[in-house]
Amino acid sequence: MTPLAGFLLVAALLFSIGLAGALTRRNAILVLIGIELMLNAANLNLIAFWRYGPHPELLTGMMFAIFSIAVAAAEAAVGLGLVISIHRHAHTTDLDQMNRMKG
Amino acid sequence: MSFVFYLLAALTVAGGLAAVLLKNTVHCALALTVAFAGLAFFYLNLDAQFAGFAQILVYIGAVAILVVFAILLTKGSETPKDGVFSKTWLAGLAVAAGVFAVLGWAVLQTAPMLPKATAAPAVTVGQIGNALVDRYVLPLEIVAVLLTVALIGAVIVAMHDKERTR
Amino acid sequence: MQESISFTPQLAASPITGILWLIPAVPMVASGGMALLKQAKRKTAASLAIGSLSVSLLLSLAAFAHVVSNWANGVATRETVNFAWIQVGATNVDLGWVLDPLSAAMLVMVSFVGLLIFIYSVGYMEHDGNFTRFFCFLSLFAGSMLGVVIANSLLLLFMCWELVGLTSYLLIGFWYQKPAAAAAAKKAFITTRVGDVFFLLGIVWLFAQTGTLLFYNHGTGSMEAGALSALLMQPAALGLTAAGAIGLLIFAGAAGKSGQFPLHVWLPDAMEGPTPVSALIHAATMVAAGVYLIARVYPLMQAGALTGGTTTALTVVTWVGAFTAVFAALIAVAQNDIKRILAYSTVSQLGYMMAGLGMGGVAVGMFHLITHAFFKALLFMGAGSVIHGSHEEQDVRRMGGLKDKMPLTFATYAIGMLALCGFPLLFSGFWSKDGILEAARHWSVARTPFYMLVFGALLTAFYMTRQVAYVFFGESRGKKQAHESPKVMTTPLAILAFFAVALGAIGTPAWPWFKAFLDGHAASFDMQGFSEPGLMLLMGTSTVVVFLGLGLGWMIYGGKSPKAEEPDALERAVPMVWGWLRDRLYVDELYEGTVIAFYRWWGRVADWLDRRVWGGLVAGVAWLFAGWARLNRFLDTNVVDGSFDKGCDELSSSGGLLARMQSGRVQSYLRILALAVVALTAILIWSSRA
Repeated sequence: MTPLAGFLLVAALLFSIGLAGALTRRNAILVLIGIELMLNAANLNLIAFWRYGPHPELLTGMMFAIFSIAVAAAEAAVGLGLVISIHRHAHTTDLDQMNRMKG
Repeated sequence: MSFVFYLLAALTVAGGLAAVLLKNTVHCALALTVAFAGLAFFYLNLDAQFAGFAQILVYIGAVAILVVFAILLTKGSETPKDGVFSKTWLAGLAVAAGVFAVLGWAVLQTAPMLPKATAAPAVTVGQIGNALVDRYVLPLEIVAVLLTVALIGAVIVAMHDKERTR
Repeated sequence: MQESISFTPQLAASPITGILWLIPAVPMVASGGMALLKQAKRKTAASLAIGSLSVSLLLSLAAFAHVVSNWANGVATRETVNFAWIQVGATNVDLGWVLDPLSAAMLVMVSFVGLLIFIYSVGYMEHDGNFTRFFCFLSLFAGSMLGVVIANSLLLLFMCWELVGLTSYLLIGFWYQKPAAAAAAKKAFITTRVGDVFFLLGIVWLFAQTGTLLFYNHGTGSMEAGALSALLMQPAALGLTAAGAIGLLIFAGAAGKSGQFPLHVWLPDAMEGPTPVSALIHAATMVAAGVYLIARVYPLMQAGALTGGTTTALTVVTWVGAFTAVFAALIAVAQNDIKRILAYSTVSQLGYMMAGLGMGGVAVGMFHLITHAFFKALLFMGAGSVIHGSHEEQDVRRMGGLKDKMPLTFATYAIGMLALCGFPLLFSGFWSKDGILEAARHWSVARTPFYMLVFGALLTAFYMTRQVAYVFFGESRGKKQAHESPKVMTTPLAILAFFAVALGAIGTPAWPWFKAFLDGHAASFDMQGFSEPGLMLLMGTSTVVVFLGLGLGWMIYGGKSPKAEEPDALERAVPMVWGWLRDRLYVDELYEGTVIAFYRWWGRVADWLDRRVWGGLVAGVAWLFAGWARLNRFLDTNVVDGSFDKGCDELSSSGGLLARMQSGRVQSYLRILALAVVALTAILIWSSRA
C-alpha cells in the first residue's frame, strides 16, 4: 500500500465517522461537529493528493485546502449562529424535535 | 507507512470517534480539537506547513472556540434525558458504514495505480502568497467577500431581537 | 217494359251548365256563414238559408227550362263539365257535374220541396233555442243533396253522399241532450256506413276496371259503351260479371241510404229528429238519394241484358225492393207513433221505388220518387203541424177529433194520405204506383213481386186509414185543446197538396210526359195509351185494392175512439201477430243479439289486447328501459364514480406515503443524501472498472 492510499483511507475513515456523527447525534451542535470532521477529511484528501500528485509546484491542492479551511470557518460561524438563534426560539437543540418543515 | 503515520492516524481517528461518541457535548468539542490537532500534524507530515499552521490557527483557534461558545450559549453541557443518539441512529450508522465501504473499496481498487512515494516539494510562504494574488486572486477576493458576508450574517442571525414583542 | 240503354250523344256545355255548380255551392256557403253567426241572429239565419235555397231553385228552374227547351226541339240533353282533381301517377281522378233530364228534374224537386220545408221550419222551430244551428245544418244538407244530384263523377257523388249522411246525423241528433236522439243519430250513421263500405268497394273496383269514375265523358265515361263492354268481359264470382258485381255493391250502398231490408233499422229511429228534418231528409230527399243513385248507374245495372230480359243486379234490386215494401207495410200497421207510421210507410214506398227501378226502368222508379217526395213531405209536415197543435203529443191514441180543430191541416193531410194510398185517377200517387204495378205485371222473371206489391198497396191504404181515423176523427183524447198551426206552416202544406194532385198529370199512360222527357223523345197526348192490353184491368185491380183497404180500415177504426190504454181492435183479434208487428218483427233485436253483441265482445277483446298485450309490451319496454337506466346508474355510481374515488383515495394516500418521507428532520434528509452518494459512487466505480 502506497502512502497515498493510507492517507486516503484515513481520510475516508474520518469522513465516515463525521457522517455517522452527523446522522446519529441529537444535538445540532454535534451535527456541525460532524460536518467539520467531514470537511477536514476532505482537506486531508486534498493535501495528500497535492503531495503525491503529479505537479505539486502548482500548489493547486494546497490552495484548495486553504480556501476550504476559510469557507469552513465561515460556515461554522453562520451555522452556530443559527443554532443559537434556534435555541433562543425553541429552547432546545434536539434535532428530533425540530420537524416543523415536515410534509 | 511509517510509524509516525500510524500514530497520527490513531490520534486523529480516536479524536474523531470521541467527538461523535461522548455524551458530554463539551467533551466532544475538546475531542474535536484533538482531531484538528492530529490533522494539523498530518499536514506537517505531508510537507504542507502553511496548511498545517493555518489549520491550527483557524480550526483550533477559531472554530473550536466557536463550538465551545455555542455549546455554552445553548446549554449544551446538560445531558439530555432521552439519550444523545437520535431514534434512527442505526440507519445513520449503516449509511455511514456504507459510505466508508464504498470509499475504501474505491481506494483499494485503484491502489496499484496510485503514484509511489515522491520527493517532498519545496514550498515557501512567499510562493503561496504569490500564488494567492496571481493565480488565485479571484478565489481570494470571493473568499474575502464570503467571510464578510458570513460575519455580518452570523451577527444578524445570532442577534437578540429586542424590537419584536414576545 | 224495360227500356234499352240509350246512348245519348253528349252536347257541349251550355252557359247554364257552366254555372250549375252554384246550385249546391250557394247553400253550402250560406251554411258556412251561418256557422259563424251568433245563436241570437235568427232572422239573419233564416233569410240566409231561404235566400240561398231560393237562388238554387231559380238556377234549377233555369236548368230545367233549358233541358225542356232542348227536348221540345227534339234534342236530348247531356251536358257535362269535367275537370281533373288529383293526379295519381299517369291517371287523373276527375270530378265533374252533368246536366241531363234526370238531374234537371231531381234538382227542381229537391230545391222546391226543400224551400217549402225551410219556410215551414221557420214556424216549426220558432220556440227552439238552437234555431240558427238548425238552419246551418239544413243548408249544408241542401247543398250536399244538390251535389249528389248534379255529380257526374262517382267520387264526387260519394263525397256529397257522405256529407248528406253527416248532415243527417247532425240533424237527427239535433236535440242531442236526449239520449234517444243521440243514439238514433249514431244508429243512422253506422247503419248507412255499413252500406257505404260496399259502395266504396264498388267505386274502387269500377275505377280499377275502367280507369275512370266519371259517368259521361265523351265516350270514355264509366256509364258509356266502351267501359261497360269492358266490364262485361270481366268475370267475377258466382257467375256474375264485373258489371253485375259492381252494380250489386253500389246497390248495397243505396240500400243503406234508402232503408231497404236489412239496413232499414235506422229510419224509424231517425224520427227522433225534428219533424222538418223527417220531412226533408227522411221522406223526400236523402232516402231518395239511394234510388237516384241506382237511376244514375242504371246503364251499369242493366249492362248485358238481352232485349226483354234483365240482369242479376236488377233482379236482386227488385226482390229486395218488393220484400221491403211488404215488410215495412206490415210493421206500419201496428205502430202508434204518428211519425213512426209515416217512417215505415216511407221504407215501404222506397221498396216500391227500388222494385220499380228493377222491373220498369229509370222513368218508372223516378216518377214514383218525385210524387212520393211531394206527398210524403206533405204528410210529414202535416204530422208536424198536428204535433205542434197537439202540444207536442206524438201518440195517435192520444189524439182525435182534430179535423174540426185543425181544418187546413186535415184537408192537406187527407190529400196527402189519398195520394199515398193511390186513390184512383185524381192523385199522383195512383199514377206513379200504377206505373210500377204495370212494370211488375210484365216482369219476365217472376210474377211474385206483383202480388207482393198489390198486397203492399192494400196494407198502405189500411194503415193510413187507421192513422187518419185515430188522429182526425172521433173524440178528442188529448190532454189539452188543440189549435191550428200558423200560416207560415200551413201555406207550404197547401202548395205541396196542390202538387200531390197535379203531378199525376205528367205520368199517365195517355200522356207519358215524364218518361218521354227522361228518354229524350217526344210525347204526345194520346188516349190510345189507355188501350194497352191489360192496363184497364190493372187500373181496376188497384182501385179495388185501395177501396178494400180504405173500407177495412174505416170499418175497424173509423168513428171509434178507443182510449190509449185499451188494446187496439186488431190486437184483440190476433194478439200474437199484432205483438210481432208492433215489435217491428224483431229485426233490431236480431241485430242486437248478433252484430252488436259481436262488436261488444270484439270491443272487450280489443280492450284486453290493448291493455294487456300492447300495454304490456309498452310497460315491458318501459320496464326494460327503467332497468337499463338503473343498471347505468349502478355502473355510474359504483364503477365509474367508485373507481374514480378509489383512484383519488390512492393518490391521496400515496401522497400521504410520500409525505411521510418529508419528516422535517434534517438528519433523515442527510441520510438519504449520503445513501444517494454511495449509490452513485458505486455505479461510477463499477463502470470504471470495465
